[in-house]
Amino acid sequence: MSFDEYHRREFRQVGRRVPRPDGVDKVTGRALYGADMTAPGMLWGAILRSPHAHARIRSIDVSEALKLDGVKAIVTGADFGEVEDESIRDIRDNCMARDKVLYDGHAVAALAASDPRVARKALKLIRVEYEVLPHVTELEDAMKPDAPVVQEGRVQETVPPGMSANVTSYCEFGHGDLEAGFAAADHIVEREFRTAATHQGYIEPHACLAAVTADGKADLWCCTQGQYMVRSVCAAIMGMEASQLRVTASEIGGGFGGKTTVFIEPVALMLSKKAGRPVKIVMSREEVFRATGPTVHSRSRIRIGMTRDGRITAAEARLYYSGGAFPCGTVEMGAQAAFACYDLQAVRSQGWNVLTNRPKEAAYRAPGAPVAIYAVESVVDELCQHFGLDPLEVRLKNAARKGTKSSYGPTFPDIGLVATLEAAKAHPHYAAPLGPNQGRGISCGFWFNFGGNTCVTLNINPDGTVSVTEGNPDIGGSRASISLMAAEELGIPYDRVRTIVADTASLGYNDVTDGSRVTFAVGLATIKAARAAIRVMCERAARIWGIDPEAVEWKDGAAVPAGPNAGKFPPMTLAEIAANSFRTGGPIAGHHEVNADGAGVSFGVHICDVEVDPETGATRVLRYTVFQDAGKAVHPDYVEGQMQGGAAQGIGWALNEEYIYGADGRLQNPGFLDYRVPVASDLPPIEPVILEIPNPGHPYGVRGVGETGIVPPLAAVSNAVSRATGVRMTELPLSPPRVLAAIRRSRATDGA
Amino acid sequence: MRYLAPRTADDAVAALLAEKGPTRILAGGTDVLVQMRSGAVEPDLIVDIKRIPGLDRITREDGGWRIGAAVPNAALGEDRDLRASWAGVVEAANLIGSTQVQGRATMVGNLCNGSPAADSVPALVAAEAVARIHGPDGTRDCPVAEIPAGPGKTTLKKGEIVTSLFLPARPRRSGDAYLRFIPRTEMDIAVASAAVSVELDAHGRIVRARVALGAVAPTVLVAEEAAAILTGTQGEDDVLERMAEACRAICRPIDDKRGTVEFRRSVAGTLAKRAARIALQRAGGQS
Ligand SMILES: Cc1cc2nc3c(=O)[nH]c(=O)nc-3n(C[C@H](O)[C@H](O)[C@H](O)COP(=O)(O)OP(=O)(O)OC[C@H]3O[C@@H](n4cnc5c(N)ncnc54)[C@H](O)[C@@H]3O)c2cc1C
Repeated sequence: MSFDEYHRREFRQVGRRVPRPDGVDKVTGRALYGADMTAPGMLWGAILRSPHAHARIRSIDVSEALKLDGVKAIVTGADFGEVEDESIRDIRDNCMARDKVLYDGHAVAALAASDPRVARKALKLIRVEYEVLPHVTELEDAMKPDAPVVQEGRVQETVPPGMSANVTSYCEFGHGDLEAGFAAADHIVEREFRTAATHQGYIEPHACLAAVTADGKADLWCCTQGQYMVRSVCAAIMGMEASQLRVTASEIGGGFGGKTTVFIEPVALMLSKKAGRPVKIVMSREEVFRATGPTVHSRSRIRIGMTRDGRITAAEARLYYSGGAFPCGTVEMGAQAAFACYDLQAVRSQGWNVLTNRPKEAAYRAPGAPVAIYAVESVVDELCQHFGLDPLEVRLKNAARKGTKSSYGPTFPDIGLVATLEAAKAHPHYAAPLGPNQGRGISCGFWFNFGGNTCVTLNINPDGTVSVTEGNPDIGGSRASISLMAAEELGIPYDRVRTIVADTASLGYNDVTDGSRVTFAVGLATIKAARAAIRVMCERAARIWGIDPEAVEWKDGAAVPAGPNAGKFPPMTLAEIAANSFRTGGPIAGHHEVNADGAGVSFGVHICDVEVDPETGATRVLRYTVFQDAGKAVHPDYVEGQMQGGAAQGIGWALNEEYIYGADGRLQNPGFLDYRVPVASDLPPIEPVILEIPNPGHPYGVRGVGETGIVPPLAAVSNAVSRATGVRMTELPLSPPRVLAAIRRSRATDGA
Repeated sequence: MRYLAPRTADDAVAALLAEKGPTRILAGGTDVLVQMRSGAVEPDLIVDIKRIPGLDRITREDGGWRIGAAVPNAALGEDRDLRASWAGVVEAANLIGSTQVQGRATMVGNLCNGSPAADSVPALVAAEAVARIHGPDGTRDCPVAEIPAGPGKTTLKKGEIVTSLFLPARPRRSGDAYLRFIPRTEMDIAVASAAVSVELDAHGRIVRARVALGAVAPTVLVAEEAAAILTGTQGEDDVLERMAEACRAICRPIDDKRGTVEFRRSVAGTLAKRAARIALQRAGGQS
């Protein structure tokens, strides 16, 4: 329905590097983030969290805490009512445990007090009696038949019998005759890989302010990637009607997928309801690490066969993901993405999800894809080494292209992978010499991209400026891109347009800012809304001129007669039409509502050079280049920012980031000191190379670019380290102790 | 919680002695404030020593340097003579934190915080630095190596304050160096570290050596055998390898989220070898 064919055109606004509309507020510290909201009479919420990985809650005694001066309300799991929908029930139980705590950091009670000190003191007065249960934090242990069961009764019918009750779902994708494919191979590599859970690592901790009134209405301000999602989930948990809960999204200090669900919002609402006062909750960094969404941790087994000349004959992936204590569908996306870069005759990927006593997984840029593609690209690299083949040539030979039946089903339309690989091959980085202890790794990456439900209203203001109202929090510069597309379509300068993100009462439903969807889908709706406004403006001009509306067209920001027969009138600009609007029928606006499809898949190729210190196992990234298809780069600075940011996060995932659990089932590193994201000095300049292969499903050819960039770094770095050390690496992160141990092991066997 | 900023060391000592509850001395505060915020310590009394006259100065004494307990590390890096003579100590102190932290953090704070991974401590120990301590019984001098007593602990008695550190005068052909291993390039805690200080004779032969290791035991280690291996040599490659092994042999590290026993031991020796090369170079020797 929404499919709007791409047409070649000369762009005037789109493609410019205009100043960002949120820049000044952010660098002067005036931007309002989640924790910046206050209200008269506001209370401070604080949450008591489980010190156990797995325990039954025998009792919770809040009487002493309630006696403390300044404590106004306390809630526990018992305060939350029944919820029909299973996935929302899981979110509810993740926000506040009911009968069992499922991971270290799981919320067990919350209170609201007159100030944060009192709140913290009161938390210590809550007495929780736990019956500690055996726990399991590692996926491999959780799969064993006698493993402690994290949650009973969650196994789907798809799971083959005989597995631990922690294995909750199974999926399978692929086509072709695997046996014949492997028989045709000159060499087969089969390997097992492991990756640790990582955190999205946004700088802004979750924060919200909830105000429930005595007559049951509520306002909620929070930092989120989707205020409509917050409204749906919270309304369901609170038993409210959507119209009675208005949610306003603050500026957001990073989300990367981790703010596509709720953690504290229902708790703040419940406290506010009980206390009859507004309640603010701000998470500490430790709470963010212990109780908000990390990624899955994974184990996988990959088997690929190749001919001597580099043709892949068959490929197989078995993926085991754990998304923590709740069933999680991320492995399905991993299984679908695993081989999406290749044109294969015989391919199969299988996925299993496993419960562990860890926090509930939340999305992180291209959820599921990085770890699956890491394993596949590592094996492809090893096969290239085995045959002495160039890794880019081999990928070119096997690359998915227009007409390829993808490993997960659909047949690809115009896609950019071959062009991206060719750009990488032609780049000077690929030919640059390497020194001792240095290695170069490459990897492809893929993401589906998403369209989804979207509403945009575009108002033509009486002074000739334009206000665009959309409903997706701006996490990557979308307001600038939306304004650019509105300006492009209307034919007016960028600085006449301002785009704002509306609250849930001001616009129809919008899906979350995720799936790299916003520049694509909101852009598409903006273009359509602008066209609707243009139709109205043409009618107004026709009325003033006294001609048929069909005889008016829109050109360069003005209504003009469509041809010589329409009459001779000078162009009537948007500003002139706007100025006269009150006399010609009233204010002018356009709007568009759509469930957009045609998002257009996205591919990238990364080249990474590293140097490994053979005596310490430390890896230094020397040079890094990202090639990615953007369809059309609406605001190239932001596109490059996405490519660089994805690479930086992926490098962190590859080298040092990991959730470390102790034998006691507790998280050992809930802070940025020991959860090591790269600091600026850890990274070389990351060079972005944007390719533009238009997406046929968007009027300007736009493809989402937000997620693909985090997919290739894991294998690009690991392949580079493997080549630098001469040892095939199969486990992330490539922390120095692990790399040094691998080097030592291989030297020891070489010597033997 | 009370906060005091006395004008004399005697007043500071008296205040600390009089307090029954937990106390903390506040130098730069880059450990204390972080610990208070996280709830790790809840002192009843904070004694800020930055107002005590003289504690913020570096003065020359007997050809050496007396560094006041409140001198921020940034100031060490700006003192050209100090940097020339004790390059290793200054680079260790300047590794701590970031530019912002450098403007506040002190070496004495680093020492008295009692972290086995404190960066300036191995360098101070290799330099044979001496702490001057003011306490209820008057003033005493104590080698820096004798102050750490284990993670978070020192040998200082209740009411005692370190008022300065003394770094001795340097003969002509001498040099020191400090290296730490961290998984990142900045903003991290040493997984293992090593400091080496050497003095050479006119022929480039090592006449005196001190080697100290950090983060591989509950307190800083003085590697006496490693120093003995260096002494009398010119720091040839095989000597340095033997010295590294001697360092590894005395490590008693722990296995934790920051590194394995095996890794810490191995890297400590490697760092000692590399630090020795730099120290020799600075002393004008061969390596
Ligand atoms: C962001 C950041 C990064 C850091 N990076 C590093 C790093 O790379 N390497 C590293 O080693 N450390 C690091 N630290 C820790 C800290 O900065 C250092 O230990 C610093 O040297 C402490 O000095 P200070 O003056 O701030 O000590 P304070 O916090 O003032 O005091 C530390 C301790 O010493 C005691 N104390 C202070 N002065 C005296 C005195 N005169 N007599 C007796 N006891 C005293 C205090 O009571 C307290 O227990 C970092 C800290 C931060 C916040």
